[in-house]
Amino acid sequence: MPPAHVQSLDEWPDQKIARLATLAREPAGTRRLRDQWETPANWLAWLCTVDHKALGIRYIVTACVFLALGGVEAGVMRLQLARPENRLLTPEMYNQLFTMHGTTMMFLFIQPVLSGFSFYITPLLVGARELAFPRVNSFSYIAFLLAGVFMYASFAIGQAPDAGWFNYTPLSSVAYSGGLNIDFYAIGLLLLSVATTVGSINLIVTILRMRAPGMSVDRMPLVLWSSLTTSLAVLFAMPALTAGLLLLELERRWHFVFFAPGGGGSPLLWQHLFWVFGHPWVYIVFLPATGMLSMVIPTFCRRPMVAPHLVALATMATGLAGFGVWVHHMFATGIPQVSVDFFSAGSMVVSIPSGVQIFAWLATMWYGRVQLATPMLFALAFIVQFVLGGLSGVMTAVVPFDWQAHDTYFVVAHIHYVLAGGSMFAVFAAAYYWFPKMTGRMLSERLGKWSFWVMFAGFNLGFFPMHIAGLLGMPRRVYTYLPGLGLDTVNLLSTVGVLVFMAGTLITLWNMVRSRRHGALAGDDPWHANTLEWATASPPEPYNFARIPLVQSRDPLWDGGVTVGPALDDGRQTPRTTPLDATWETAVQLPRQNAWTLILSLVLFAACFGALVRNRWVMAVCLAIVVLSVGRWLWPYQRQLLETEA
Amino acid sequence: MTASAPTFPVTAADSAPEKSFAWWAMVCVCATEASLFAYLIAANFYLDLQSSRWPPAGIARPGLLKPALMTASLLLSSAVLIWGERGIRRNNARRLATGLCGTLLLAALFLLLFASEYRDKLREFVPAQSAYASIFYVTTSLHCAHVLVGMLVLGYTLLRVLRGHFSAEHRVGVSVATLYWHFVGVIWLAVLTTFYLAPRFS
Repeated sequence: MPPAHVQSLDEWPDQKIARLATLAREPAGTRRLRDQWETPANWLAWLCTVDHKALGIRYIVTACVFLALGGVEAGVMRLQLARPENRLLTPEMYNQLFTMHGTTMMFLFIQPVLSGFSFYITPLLVGARELAFPRVNSFSYIAFLLAGVFMYASFAIGQAPDAGWFNYTPLSSVAYSGGLNIDFYAIGLLLLSVATTVGSINLIVTILRMRAPGMSVDRMPLVLWSSLTTSLAVLFAMPALTAGLLLLELERRWHFVFFAPGGGGSPLLWQHLFWVFGHPWVYIVFLPATGMLSMVIPTFCRRPMVAPHLVALATMATGLAGFGVWVHHMFATGIPQVSVDFFSAGSMVVSIPSGVQIFAWLATMWYGRVQLATPMLFALAFIVQFVLGGLSGVMTAVVPFDWQAHDTYFVVAHIHYVLAGGSMFAVFAAAYYWFPKMTGRMLSERLGKWSFWVMFAGFNLGFFPMHIAGLLGMPRRVYTYLPGLGLDTVNLLSTVGVLVFMAGTLITLWNMVRSRRHGALAGDDPWHANTLEWATASPPEPYNFARIPLVQSRDPLWDGGVTVGPALDDGRQTPRTTPLDATWETAVQLPRQNAWTLILSLVLFAACFGALVRNRWVMAVCLAIVVLSVGRWLWPYQRQLLETEA
Repeated sequence: MTASAPTFPVTAADSAPEKSFAWWAMVCVCATEASLFAYLIAANFYLDLQSSRWPPAGIARPGLLKPALMTASLLLSSAVLIWGERGIRRNNARRLATGLCGTLLLAALFLLLFASEYRDKLREFVPAQSAYASIFYVTTSLHCAHVLVGMLVLGYTLLRVLRGHFSAEHRVGVSVATLYWHFVGVIWLAVLTTFYLAPRFS
C-alpha cells in the first residue's frame, strides 16, 4: 500500500499543475529563453552543437550502431559454433571477430550508451539548463565517435585487433602479433580514454555544483549517485588502461621493454594494469544500470524507493570495492597464495552492497503497487538475470572452482548474464522509460512486450547453456570443437537463443522507428513519475526549464516539493549551487558552440593515424594544432562571459 | 511576499575562484593525472620486485646533484607563482605578470637541467636496454611533457594578464593555472622519490 503522502499528479491541486506548466515552457508569445538556447539552424552549428539533449541522443544512437556491429560479430561467431568442425570462419577471422565483439560491447556500446543517458538526463534531473562544460560534451562525443571509427577502420585493411578484448601480452607483443591489429586497439582506446575522462569530469562537476536550489545530497535522485560513483571511478581507473596502452605501444613500436621477460620486463605487468582498470570498468558499466533501475522501479511501483540512503551508500561502496578485486581475474597465473586469498575474500564482499540494492528494489515492489509496463518488465528481467550472473560471479570468486572454470564458457556465461542480461536490459528499460521524454511520443506497449518476451526467452536460451558448455570444459575463444564431446546440443541451443535474442532487439528498433513518427503523444509526464525531468516539456524546450525549479523533497513531483524560482533569462544562465546543501551561490553564463571542439577532435583523429604509421611529422603538426585549438577554444570571446567566468 | 523572500543574486557575493566550475574540473584533471603517474610508479616497483637488482647490473645508482637542482627550481617556481597570485588578489596585475615571468624562467631552467640530465643518462643507457631504462625514461619524459604543458598554460595566462583580463574579482583562470603548476611540482617529488631516492634504500 503506498504511503499516504504520495500523490499522483492527477490528484494534484490545480495550482500545482499550473506551477509545473510555468516550469516547462515560457509564456506563450515569449522567445527570450528560446533565442538564447536554441542551436542555430546551420550545418556547422549542428555539427558542433553543445545542446546536451542533442548530444545525449547522438551518444545513444551512435552506441547503438556499435551495438549492431558487435551484434553482427556475435551472430557470425554463433553461426560458426552452431555445429562441430564448422568451416564458416578461419581461426584468424574468428580471433578478430571475438576481439572486436568484446572491445565494441565494452568500450563502444555499453559505456557510451550509459553515458549518453547520463548526458541527456542529468541536467534535467538536477533542474539545470546544461552540463557544466557544454563544449567539452561536444568534444567528447565527436572524439568517442572517431575513436570507434578508427578501431573499425582496421577491418578495411583486414587487420582488426585479434588478441581478445583484454589483449594479454605476450600474445599482443610484436613478436607474436606483428601486424597493425594491436596498434589499432591501443591507439584507438587511448583516444577513447581521453573522451571518456573529460566526459566524466563534466558529469562530476554538473552533479556536484548545478543541482537546483534545495536539492541537497540526500534528495538527489539515485541515478545521480550512480553517475557520480562511476565518473569518479573513471578518473582513478582509466589511467591504468592509459598507462598500459602507452607502455604496450612503446614496447611494440618504439623499442622499449616492459612486458618482455628478456630485458627484465614482466608479462603479468600488463595483466595487473589491465585489470586494475578492467574490474572498476565492469562496475562503471554496471552501476549506472542499477541507478536507472532505481528510477524505473519506484515509478512503476507507485511509491518512493525503499531505503534510498542505503542504496546510495551501497552504490558508492560497490564502486570503491571495484578497485580491490582485480586479481580475481588472475587466480590462474600462479601469483602468491596470500594475494589469492585476499582477493577471493574481497570479491565475495562485493556481493554485500549489490545485495543491499537488490533487496531495496524487492522491498519497493513488496510495498508498492506494481504496474507491469514495458520498462518495468525489463527491470524485473534485469534483477533475475543479474542475480544469476552475480551468483556465478561468487562461484568464480572461490579459487578452486575458478581454476576449473577459468577461460571456459562458464565465464562467458557469467559476463553476459551481468552485462547483457544486466546492464543491457537496464538500457532497454531506460530507453522505454525516457523515450517519451526525448521524442514526445510513446513507444508501443504491444511491440514493447513482444520485444521483451522474445529477448528474455532468447537471452536465457542462448546464454544459460554456456554455463553447461563451460562446466563440460569447452574453452572460450576457440573457433571450433570436435563432435561427440557432449558440446553439440548446448552450442546449437546457444546459437538459436542468441539469434532469437537479436530478433527481440530488432522489434524494439522497429518500435522506435515507427513510434518516432506515429506513436501516441506522450505529454509532459506520461508515467506520473517523481523526478524533475518530468516537469519539463516532452521533448524539453532548448532551455529545459523556463523558470529555475526550487526543490524541497526527494520525490518533488509526487509530494509537491517543487516551486517556481527565477527565470534567469539574461544570456545563457543557469544556477551554481553549493555541493552538499545545494544553496544558491550565483548564476553562471555557459558558452555557445564553437568549431574548435570539432577541429580538436578531428586533429586527434589524424594524430591517431600518424601514430599508427609512425610518421613523426604528422604527429608533430597535429600536436601543434592541438595546442592552438585548445588555446583558441578557451579564449574568452565576449566581455560578459569574462566577467561572470565560471 | 514577506520580507524574508529568497533572493537569487546573479553575481557571486564571494568571488573565491575555488568555487568556480573550472577549478573543480582542474581538481579532477589533477586527480586523474596523479593516478596515471601512480600506475607508472607502481609499474616501476612491480618490475623492481621481479628482478634481482634495481637498477640492473651495469647501471650505476643515479647521482643526486642535478635532480636536487631540478627540485629546487620547481619548488622555487611554485613559491614565485604564489607570490604573483597574491598580487592579483590585491588587483596588482603587474606583480602577477612579474611572478608568471619568474615562474616561466625557473621552469625553463628545469628544462635545461632535464636536458643535461638526459644527455648523461642516454650515454649510460637507452630504453631498449632494459625494463629499468624503459620505465625510467617513460615516466620522467611524461613528467617533462607535463612541465611543458604547464609552461604553455602559464604563458597563456601571462598573455591574458597583459590583455587586462584579471582583477581581484575575476581571477579564476589564474587560480586554475596555478593549481596545475603546483600539481606538476608535486608529481616531480613523486618521480624524484621513485627514481632517485628509492634506489638508495634498496
